[in-house]
Amino acid sequence: MRSTAIIFLQLFVYAGISPFISGLITVIKNNIRMRKGQSVLQPYYNLAKLFSKGEVVSETASWIFRAAPFIVLVSSLAAALLVPVFFSASPARMMGDFLALMFVFALGRFFLALAALDTGSSFGGMGASREMFISSLVEPALCLVIFSVALQSGSTDIAACAGSHPVSIASLVAGIALILVTIAETARIPVDNQETHLELTMVHEAMVLEYSGRPLALIEMASYIKQMIWFLLIARIIFPVAVPPSGSSAQVCVWGLWYAARIGIIAAITALVEVSVAKMRLFRVADFLGFAFVLGVVAAICAILGV
Amino acid sequence: MENLTFGFLTDPLSLFFLLVILLVSVPSAVYSLGYLKGEYPSGKIRLCWLLLFAFVLSMALVVTVGNAFIFLIAWEIMSLVSYFLVVFDSTHEKAIQAGMIYIIMTHVGTAFLVAAFLLIYACSGSFDFTAMQIACRSMSLQMKNIVFLLFLVGFGTKAGIVPLHIWLPYAHPQAPSHISSIMSGVMIKTAIYGIIRFVIFMMGPGPSWWGIVLLVLALISCLVGVIYALMEHDIKKLLAYHSVENIGIILLGVGLSMSFLSKEMPYAAVFSLVAGLYHLINHAIFKGLLFLCAGSVYKATGTRDIEKLGGLIRKMPQTAVYFLFGSMAISALPPLNGFVSEWLTLQAFFMGAAGLDGGIRLFMVIGAAILALTSGLAAACFVKAFGVTFLAAPRSRYAQNAVESPLSMRVGMFFLSVMTVVFGLAAVLVVKLLVRAAAAATRIDTGGMSFSFNNLILSPQGGKDMYLSTPVLALALFVLGLAGFAVYKAPGREKTRMYRTWDCGYYTLNARTEYTATAFSKPFRIAFGFFLLPYHKTQKIRDSFYHVKSFVYETHTTMVFKKYLYDPALALIFKSAKSLRKMQPGSIHLYVLYIFAAAALLLIFRGRF
Repeated sequence: MRSTAIIFLQLFVYAGISPFISGLITVIKNNIRMRKGQSVLQPYYNLAKLFSKGEVVSETASWIFRAAPFIVLVSSLAAALLVPVFFSASPARMMGDFLALMFVFALGRFFLALAALDTGSSFGGMGASREMFISSLVEPALCLVIFSVALQSGSTDIAACAGSHPVSIASLVAGIALILVTIAETARIPVDNQETHLELTMVHEAMVLEYSGRPLALIEMASYIKQMIWFLLIARIIFPVAVPPSGSSAQVCVWGLWYAARIGIIAAITALVEVSVAKMRLFRVADFLGFAFVLGVVAAICAILGV
Repeated sequence: MENLTFGFLTDPLSLFFLLVILLVSVPSAVYSLGYLKGEYPSGKIRLCWLLLFAFVLSMALVVTVGNAFIFLIAWEIMSLVSYFLVVFDSTHEKAIQAGMIYIIMTHVGTAFLVAAFLLIYACSGSFDFTAMQIACRSMSLQMKNIVFLLFLVGFGTKAGIVPLHIWLPYAHPQAPSHISSIMSGVMIKTAIYGIIRFVIFMMGPGPSWWGIVLLVLALISCLVGVIYALMEHDIKKLLAYHSVENIGIILLGVGLSMSFLSKEMPYAAVFSLVAGLYHLINHAIFKGLLFLCAGSVYKATGTRDIEKLGGLIRKMPQTAVYFLFGSMAISALPPLNGFVSEWLTLQAFFMGAAGLDGGIRLFMVIGAAILALTSGLAAACFVKAFGVTFLAAPRSRYAQNAVESPLSMRVGMFFLSVMTVVFGLAAVLVVKLLVRAAAAATRIDTGGMSFSFNNLILSPQGGKDMYLSTPVLALALFVLGLAGFAVYKAPGREKTRMYRTWDCGYYTLNARTEYTATAFSKPFRIAFGFFLLPYHKTQKIRDSFYHVKSFVYETHTTMVFKKYLYDPALALIFKSAKSLRKMQPGSIHLYVLYIFAAAALLLIFRGRF
């Protein structure tokens, strides 16, 4: 009973907080750019707006187009079950480990890319092709990150990998590689740009171009959750303090603040990268992810050496 | 020559391979009922059935026979029958050419096998497996190494590991589709059987470099297979290249097992072999399925070029669903079967990275990363294959006029689609069965080993608390999907409107403006350009000097192995044949001289003979 409650709590926390993180990144970006900008709650307004709007479905599209938003959302939510927020181990850990997480994300991506091809628009095809290109290069880097943190903890279990292991060079390097992976996976500059609808540059936006109304809201929600999962993983790998103290409420408060601060720091890093770097050409992304791969190898070497 | 009595092997390893053969052959045979009808004249259909039975029986014989001599005969029958099936459409020149490449390559491979068996025979004096096994244990290490390499080349040719894969993309697509499905799904697995039976089972643990050599070749096969598949637009050729990739993944499990055996890590050795065998049966299922679907598409449209297809999900809704299952399974998406075996293989790599000593640990980590890259590229390839074939609007009248396949074909595909789900969800049970096959192959007592608990959760003991439960994962996906659907259906929803795809407000989109397979694979072609060596051919067709009427643009990739390995080898053979020809100029005087010289030599050396 308790674990069921934790599972529900975890899902609600992910669904409730993840749009806020996206809003936070936008606010930080706007502040750096000296713009007045939107409220931090803007993603919630967007979701509410999309939720109340009607949808337009392409006449060319088949059932794949209609089913894809659910599968994308489900893959993010299933991944959210695997990655614990508050507790050291998720009650759903029996479902899969860190390696399984990689494949669970692949499920959503596969269907989103198919849906993009389904409408017969060139934009969709372009987005699908680029997304699959980038994600296939992300996978080896991610695998290296998983292996190097797993080698340290002796297990590929997420709680063991990204939990209370001692701080080490290996986990630090792996964390940096994971930041690069996250930038690519969450469609951030310099790999992709969430703010553009220019056909030459968009990747994720090109795939969801044909979506509107509630299905678009579901896909957006899935992206927010996915981003939060990656941020949590980075936070837990670089600053491994996950278990809430069992002491007084003051201690728990401090712990909670520090926990939120870690997510805030990562959001700030992402925002800083977004405002200070130009978007890369698509084929430079291969170099970018090649760098993530090399960092992953370095992390693995460190993990093997035990430093 | 001893008397040729021979027994059949009924150990779990042979039975497992027998199961694999039947699991794909039976649905393929059912499928062929509908597939052959109307495609060939009735006499040829009868011939095809005859060849099919001979083919399946010879494969069954290969995996069960207990005598190397009979093994070779069965092996040869299998090769010849499959040759006749490759050239079954003998009216196509391509089929004849493919058959030629196939029969040459397969016989080169068999020659290596014969050499290996004869070397063992020299020690054992018998072709019986038991006697050969005893002899292998007493062979010198040098001899063992030679025999291993002979087996590797011999079986590697049949399995299609790079660079011996050259025949596979020609031969598999040419056969009728249900035969392609058996060839790709099952026949190449007999080579894996050979490696397990003769290297792991018969020769036992070897030096550690055996496993490493196999792993390196397997990793190369994975990458090369999937990169070529991405460039391919002939749907059956694309699938054939994926066979190269998947054989690589299977051999990763086998190679890891050999490495662990030589380091005396029994648990990891059994586990890796289980991962390899699991992927083997999975690949048989989903590749068999995909070839059957490709055959349905071919029968319905008359083309295998996916650039001319599109929109088939409306015309052939059931085939589309089956193809989608196959694509998801081969792309290792949860909770289908391919996901489980790739996860197991990654875990086997983790055991190597965590359990071995020295630099080999880094090799294991990088090997896992390459496997992850392969699975990412495979997913991209199947987004392309499914998306361009089945989605969007039809790109040609072939695709427009397609109709759904007859019932017998759908039954075959339906069965294999269900199997992709069953082998995904029943992972623990499958692993339990495979452990017995792996135990028989490695002769390790697996009594105390546990790979799972609860009958629901896989839990390899290479580290602490590592779990995977596909049934729970599937349940979670389903329940969360229902929740998402409920949210979507919540009250306050406006009416859904059907409208044209956004065309930027200029003009209506049509099939010519859709993204093509060539366009889809362009980023990969550029990123892997160092290996693919793409080149363009352009041609301007002019009305007059000043007006270009049309423009032909073709893009090709260089077949590196053909160009830099096989073509020079062929050129060398032809060159030496030409220089030999100088001996035979057609002059009768010269021939009389040869006879005289030969007679004189015989007389001089007669004492020697």
